[in-house]
Amino acid sequence: MLRLEGVDAFYGDLQALFGVSFEVRDKEIVALVGANAAGKTTSIRVVSGLVAPRGGHVLFDGADLASVPAHRRVELGIVQVPEGRRLFPFMTVRENLLLGAHTERARAEKERTLQYVLALFPVLGERAGQLAGSLSGGEQQMCAIGRALMARPRLLMLDEPTLGLAPVLVGRIFETVRTINADGVTILLVEQNVRQALTLAHRACVLESGRLVLSGPARELLGDERLKRAYLGL
Amino acid sequence: MDPARPLGPAQIDAVAQLGVSTILLGGIYALIAVGLTLIFGIMRVVNFAHGEFLMLGMYLAFWSFTLWRVDPYFVLVVAIPLFFVVGLVTYVLVMKGVITASHNVQIFTTFGLSILLQNVALVAWSGDFRFVRPWHLSVALRIGGTTFNLSQVVAFVIAVVLTVALVAFMKWTHTGRVMRATAQDRDAATLMGIDTDRVYRLTFAIGIAAVGAAGVLVAPLYSVYPTAGLQFVLLSYVVVVLGGLGDMAGALIGSLIVAAVEVAGSYVFGIAWKEIFYFLLFILVLVFRPAGLFGQRGSETLGA
Repeated sequence: MLRLEGVDAFYGDLQALFGVSFEVRDKEIVALVGANAAGKTTSIRVVSGLVAPRGGHVLFDGADLASVPAHRRVELGIVQVPEGRRLFPFMTVRENLLLGAHTERARAEKERTLQYVLALFPVLGERAGQLAGSLSGGEQQMCAIGRALMARPRLLMLDEPTLGLAPVLVGRIFETVRTINADGVTILLVEQNVRQALTLAHRACVLESGRLVLSGPARELLGDERLKRAYLGL
Repeated sequence: MDPARPLGPAQIDAVAQLGVSTILLGGIYALIAVGLTLIFGIMRVVNFAHGEFLMLGMYLAFWSFTLWRVDPYFVLVVAIPLFFVVGLVTYVLVMKGVITASHNVQIFTTFGLSILLQNVALVAWSGDFRFVRPWHLSVALRIGGTTFNLSQVVAFVIAVVLTVALVAFMKWTHTGRVMRATAQDRDAATLMGIDTDRVYRLTFAIGIAAVGAAGVLVAPLYSVYPTAGLQFVLLSYVVVVLGGLGDMAGALIGSLIVAAVEVAGSYVFGIAWKEIFYFLLFILVLVFRPAGLFGQRGSETLGA
């Protein structure tokens, strides 16, 4: 479904990705793991179009995304939940969710998707009229995921969805990601909770200093002592 | 002429007259200011050329009236779509290039645009003061102890309808939500599939359409000349700061306050003093309530 081929990306003069290649197949959960500043977020931003790669290709369903601006990629089904949730703080939960259904494709199914999201996160229904900025961290994350789901993603990219959440909520978020995947959405997950991410994911890619150093079935990586010591700090 | 002054020789109830004048004036100020606060709220650009688009609206009314005897209120039907297009073109030619630039660059750009438009008007139409005198300007209405003319009332009603429609549009339509979302977090809006460049284009066009319409409405009430926009744009800044930057509902209330200060100040101390009072108010607000009289939520809210 998604393939990166030798992607180089920069922030100004600073190179953040060096020839990164990996693949996400249909209906998979792929975890992107690695230390801070390894290039995980950059990889996701290259796919969503917020960062333009200077070299290499990003292919979605076999088509090169180079000439597709970020907002058009949402229409193709590529939806990112950004790090730090990035809700619209002065709008209500309901308004945030409805904004997720902006593309024509999503708008047609708005009501049905909203029912789905509210069933997934009942608390969002209770908080519908509240300003998104007034929610707790966990509720905000649910709202951010709910908003992304409103766009009817085919590939959902989650950037550190459990950052700063209490352990009990971390479990809930992972649970939800599994449910969303079971409902047919392909997932690309950036996580610092490596052990839980590898337990959840089918496959994983390990990044270090902007380079892909390892990839394979998540369970194998989880059992690899050398990998654990070298890259995952477990 | 000053609309705050009684028009007829009738017995005037001073307090009631001041109240009516305040409301009539405030409604028109609101329509002028609402475009400014919209553009600032969504695009984070202070449009220093705002008054010049008002001036262009006034000239449109003047020439339509002088050349073809078209009443300003009918000109409005053409003016709103026309200024919408003017806004679109101005965005593409001028604003698009500076939307991500520093505030200094944006200030010089819109200020330069302001001077350009003033001088184009000066060259094209000379510096003469022009007047639009439709029939309704000389129809005096007397209600209770107050008097005002029909032009003021119609301008007020149209201005309020347009302003309220714009506020409602921002608050309740999907496009309005999209615009507010873009103001609050541009990247997050992009990730929702929102074309933010299109949002800015639309915002600028709506803001210019509003102020162009205001120009047409005020043309019969004030003299028309190349720098006619200045007096209005200065008070619009006061209105916008009073109401909270980017807060459209606040701009409505700010307009009434500025109008009240102007009307009462002119009545008690004479017309020459009116600007002193609202700039005094401006300074006081900046010192004591820099987020605006009602703003605790900062300038990001925009009608939220």
